[in-house]
Amino acid sequence: MIRPVILRPMALRPATLGLVALAVLVLVLPLVISNSFYLDLVIRIAINAIIVLGLNLLIGFAGQISFGHAGFLGIGAYASAVLPTHFGWPPLLALIAGAAAAAALAAVMAWPIFRLKGHYLAMATLGLGIILNLIFRNEASYTGGPDGMAVPAMELFGLQLSRDRQWYWVIAALLLVSVWASLNIIDSPFGRALRALHGSDVAARVVGVDIARYKMAIFVMSATFASIMGSITAHYVGFVTPNIADFFHSVELVTMVVVGGMASVFGSLLGAVLLTILPQALATFEGWETVAFGAILILCMIFMPRGLLPTLAARLGSLRFAVARLRAGRSAGESDS
Amino acid sequence: MMARTSTAPATPVLSVRDLSINFGGVRAVQNVSFDIASGCIYSVIGPNGAGKTTLFNLITGVYVPTAGEILLDGQPVQGQPPHRLARRGVARTFQNLQVCLNMTALENVMVGAHLRLDRNVLKAAFRWPSLRRADQALHQEAAELMRFVGLEHALEARADAMSYGALKRLEIARALAMKPRLLFLDEPAAGLNPRETLEIDELIRKVAVSGVTVVLVEHDMKMVMSLSDRILVLDYGKKLAEGTAAEIRQDPAVIAAYLGAGAAGETP
Ligand SMILES: Nc1ncnc2c1ncn2[C@@H]1O[C@H](COP(=O)(O)OP(=O)(O)OP(=O)(O)O)[C@@H](O)[C@H]1O
Ligand SMILES: [Mg+2]
Repeated sequence: MIRPVILRPMALRPATLGLVALAVLVLVLPLVISNSFYLDLVIRIAINAIIVLGLNLLIGFAGQISFGHAGFLGIGAYASAVLPTHFGWPPLLALIAGAAAAAALAAVMAWPIFRLKGHYLAMATLGLGIILNLIFRNEASYTGGPDGMAVPAMELFGLQLSRDRQWYWVIAALLLVSVWASLNIIDSPFGRALRALHGSDVAARVVGVDIARYKMAIFVMSATFASIMGSITAHYVGFVTPNIADFFHSVELVTMVVVGGMASVFGSLLGAVLLTILPQALATFEGWETVAFGAILILCMIFMPRGLLPTLAARLGSLRFAVARLRAGRSAGESDS
Repeated sequence: MMARTSTAPATPVLSVRDLSINFGGVRAVQNVSFDIASGCIYSVIGPNGAGKTTLFNLITGVYVPTAGEILLDGQPVQGQPPHRLARRGVARTFQNLQVCLNMTALENVMVGAHLRLDRNVLKAAFRWPSLRRADQALHQEAAELMRFVGLEHALEARADAMSYGALKRLEIARALAMKPRLLFLDEPAAGLNPRETLEIDELIRKVAVSGVTVVLVEHDMKMVMSLSDRILVLDYGKKLAEGTAAEIRQDPAVIAAYLGAGAAGETP
């Protein structure tokens, strides 16, 4: 009774199915949505989803917490606002410069931290976020201070991105590529090393994983990613304020990871959808959003520590298992688990 | 059956010289020295708290020694981090299981092959063909290893759904995926029933026959005595005796220590 080959055919893997479903959804949505309010909402959900995918690689898969990711978004956003406005840089170059700055900052910060044990990253990123936010607020001559500043339109190969429909397709494509790339990464030697150091750091070390390097790599990657998405957000909205780098924004992003499901790619999408819509729904209770997010984070940690999607999947899995058991009757063989 | 060489002709794979470590006031390992010849099964025994696991932690780089030398093929390696030692063919399992429960059983084994793989993240993100091919080959190889350690029924299992005994074997499979030259097994048969213990015994023989030098910590004396080419006895962090199974069995110091420790059921 030895099962010979264990590879499941590509087409049947849940991840592949999810990706195809997402692609279909992305193609169909603009046909269904005529209202520009909803199109804008969908675009902002997608932007958040992309950021959360990167953050989940760091938090959910590698087990490292960042409470300053909004700071990296801010770096990208302000690079895209300040460099073209005050220094005449082309937008694409400004985006790249922002990403490089975020990567360098993340690397410089992470280098000493990952040589220590413990949750210093959470604290250090918290501090970094606060400092960046203060800089954006106070350097008013460049950033416009608390009131923010306008961001010139994005140009790609001489083409200006201005209408929501164009933005939709750019961001939808980015989202699909990001989901695909995330799925590929977690199922690769690099991704397994990340998950292993989360599962047991000593086990990872003795099989040869230089864990400090891997933590650093994923932190720098997710910071770079956040900066790029910060730039894109700034261009899309056409305006940037220091709120983008706010501590609350960082908490929002972490909440999306936790609620959707740590270490779950599609959970990240779900988290982004729910928690981007929520503030809209709570718009009448202005000021209470922060409380709502905090409460959701806490409740989720208590009742669904694995997050929404993994919990649902497990429920569904055990249901299916039970049904299969019933159907199979007593014909089942080995049960060693 | 077992080759009992009286004198080691070549450089030993591993030499330990006056190795010591203190934890605050606890001198967990004190001035321990020994040599391990290539290709043998070498056991480390001793009562609870004797320092066996600490010795493994020192040799595999998990702890940094307070004093002493560790020579791999004659080159000093003390103080090097575990991932460096892994590159030199040192593999191990853990007494307190260290399995990644956030991964499948097969993925745990695949992680063992970390150093042999292309770890480039960009190639991974875009499904670089050579990387995918290597990964699929590794899938098969990891499955082979799981069969080798008797886990053929768990090929698709999640690690967190496996029994204790299965996880012990999984750690061995992961270590073997490193293609090690030196394999440290810390109590591989602890908590296993007699049938499972016998299977582990056979497994260790198979591994040794394949050319891997095995260093074993185990409380099951029957297993240790029948398997080992040489045995090191530790007591309170110190080397009490070293020799073949026959020599150890008759050593008065060893007998005294074991009787003194009141190790029930353990008859050296
Ligand atoms: N990290 C540590 N910090 C402080 N003390 C330690 C540490 N590791 C081990 N010790 C101490 O060192 C001594 C040896 O422990 P060790 O785990 O090596 O024993 P052992 O021979 O493996 O015992 P067992 O047979 O119970 O596994 C014990 O007194 C233990 O408390
Ligand atoms: Mg021990």
